[in-house]
Amino acid sequence: MPAVVPTARRRSGLRISKRALPYVLSLPALLVCIGILVPFFAAVLYSFQRYRLSQPWNRQYNWGENYLNFFTDPGFWNTLRVSLVYAGSTVVLELLLGLGIALLLQKRTRLNNFISIMLLMPLMTAPALAALMWKLMTNPGFGVLSYLAGLVGLQDFRWASSPSTALFTVVLVDIWVYTPFIMILLLAGLRSLPTQPFEAAALDGVPRSFVFFRITLPMLMPYILTATLFRLLDSIQQFDIIYAMTQGGPGDTLTVFQVEAYLNFFQSTNVGRSAALLMILWVITYFLSFVFIKNWLRLRERARGEA
Amino acid sequence: MEHTSLIERILRGIALALVVVFFMFPLLWIFLMSFQTNETILSIPPQLFFTPTLQNYTALITGKLTSAAGTLDIAFMRNLWNSVFLSVTSVAVSLLLGVPAAYAFARHKFRGSEDIAFTLLSFRFAPPLLVLLPLTLYFQQLGLANTYFGLVWVYQLICLPLILWIVRGYFEDISADVEYAYRIAGHSWFATFRKIALPLAGPGIAAAGLLAFIFAWNNFVFALVLASADKQPVTVGALAFVTASGIQYGQIAAAIVLSIAPTLALALYAQRYLVEGLSLGAVKG
Repeated sequence: MPAVVPTARRRSGLRISKRALPYVLSLPALLVCIGILVPFFAAVLYSFQRYRLSQPWNRQYNWGENYLNFFTDPGFWNTLRVSLVYAGSTVVLELLLGLGIALLLQKRTRLNNFISIMLLMPLMTAPALAALMWKLMTNPGFGVLSYLAGLVGLQDFRWASSPSTALFTVVLVDIWVYTPFIMILLLAGLRSLPTQPFEAAALDGVPRSFVFFRITLPMLMPYILTATLFRLLDSIQQFDIIYAMTQGGPGDTLTVFQVEAYLNFFQSTNVGRSAALLMILWVITYFLSFVFIKNWLRLRERARGEA
Repeated sequence: MEHTSLIERILRGIALALVVVFFMFPLLWIFLMSFQTNETILSIPPQLFFTPTLQNYTALITGKLTSAAGTLDIAFMRNLWNSVFLSVTSVAVSLLLGVPAAYAFARHKFRGSEDIAFTLLSFRFAPPLLVLLPLTLYFQQLGLANTYFGLVWVYQLICLPLILWIVRGYFEDISADVEYAYRIAGHSWFATFRKIALPLAGPGIAAAGLLAFIFAWNNFVFALVLASADKQPVTVGALAFVTASGIQYGQIAAAIVLSIAPTLALALYAQRYLVEGLSLGAVKG
């Protein structure tokens, strides 16, 4: 390629050598993000300090104390437990429900396509606003869901305002918002599966449960894995739904990592503890996303190789 | 599988109906509620039939809330404008920065390119508060606290990784041969980028832009932490509005409808791009 010379052409006016070009193109995006990296390092430092906004004179390094305190801090174990229960239950329920719906909609009929497009709407609703919608529907005075709960014998079912049902309520909102995400991913997966194995199985009269567990499910696995890890990463960090619905309450029922860190920062102004909490959450998500990206790259390459 | 029994078809029908009811009912209910007066909303049992009123919307649009206690100014239209401005500006800036970078990552396997791309992607998965909480302190020192400039900058954390990764995938799918041919004909890289690569990746860029817009619009925590009332988008504003308006439930419902209508409309319009975009192209193949 004689024309692709390492120096830029005079006519272009922009004289950038070929070696420098990719750096020049990606530099602005990088600079913007580096500006954001500074606070990240600040957060690392804060997590090793005794730092309260209300007592700036007391600010000093206490090294691992914020982290060591977690071992004997019931509040921390509550945060860890609630976050894991929330993430675990939302992801498992959404996966089962999403897979079920995707199987129902698998056939490309007009009605099925229409329904799958309608189901995008909850996913496109801002989670914070979705929480507000459900808050209106579960209002004890006039909420339609409170009324329906009363009809089926659950008098005085208090949804998000009672410690015993608050978790159930926010999980329900999360399911409402995010099940469609899993559904559309798995539907795309189901519809892209090759048809030959299924035709062969039908010819041989293989039972349908066998087809599902031995053919459909294994072939769908890459999609299930992608969907699960995406949701797991988001769900362990959930803030919008819980904060908009109950602000972590009642009491400390729903103080998941990010909500607890937010409250620590703005209400008790304990910057050190807040930063240490977020660092732990970051380690968890980093580990999860590391697993995710490794798997994803492998899947991408496989998909490209076959296509 | 044509030989499905009648019972199975009925069961499938029932299951589908339940699914549709569960996912559509909340939207329908809030929509209906936004056309009701407080009296019909508060009546028990809840009413399906009522004479619709536009008073909730007029109250929001004129910014005057009349109640028994007197008139109250509501800044909801301001929130709506903030949402539009923040989302549009952030996506525009992101496209300007992200598309060239995506092109660089796709075309040139330069040293450290994968590492840089991953670093940028990892922002998508980091806990947002980890960056936001220290940032509030920095923004106060820099004088960026509660400015549109600061907000648009931070919104790049939402938009930029998304655009970078989706558009990169589209550039990778375009054969480089066309570009080589055009360059051999004596055109500069910039002309090649502008005349060949950009138009070919056009649909991908549009899809990424749309998705970034939806994510920016729906974001809650960034503005909750960094913006005060006059810069807040609808997601944060609606929450404050609930406490401010007290028991004007119809207006809350109308505010929710106005806040979610733009993203729902965009999503329905661009639904075929969403699957790829939402998974950052992970299911492409």
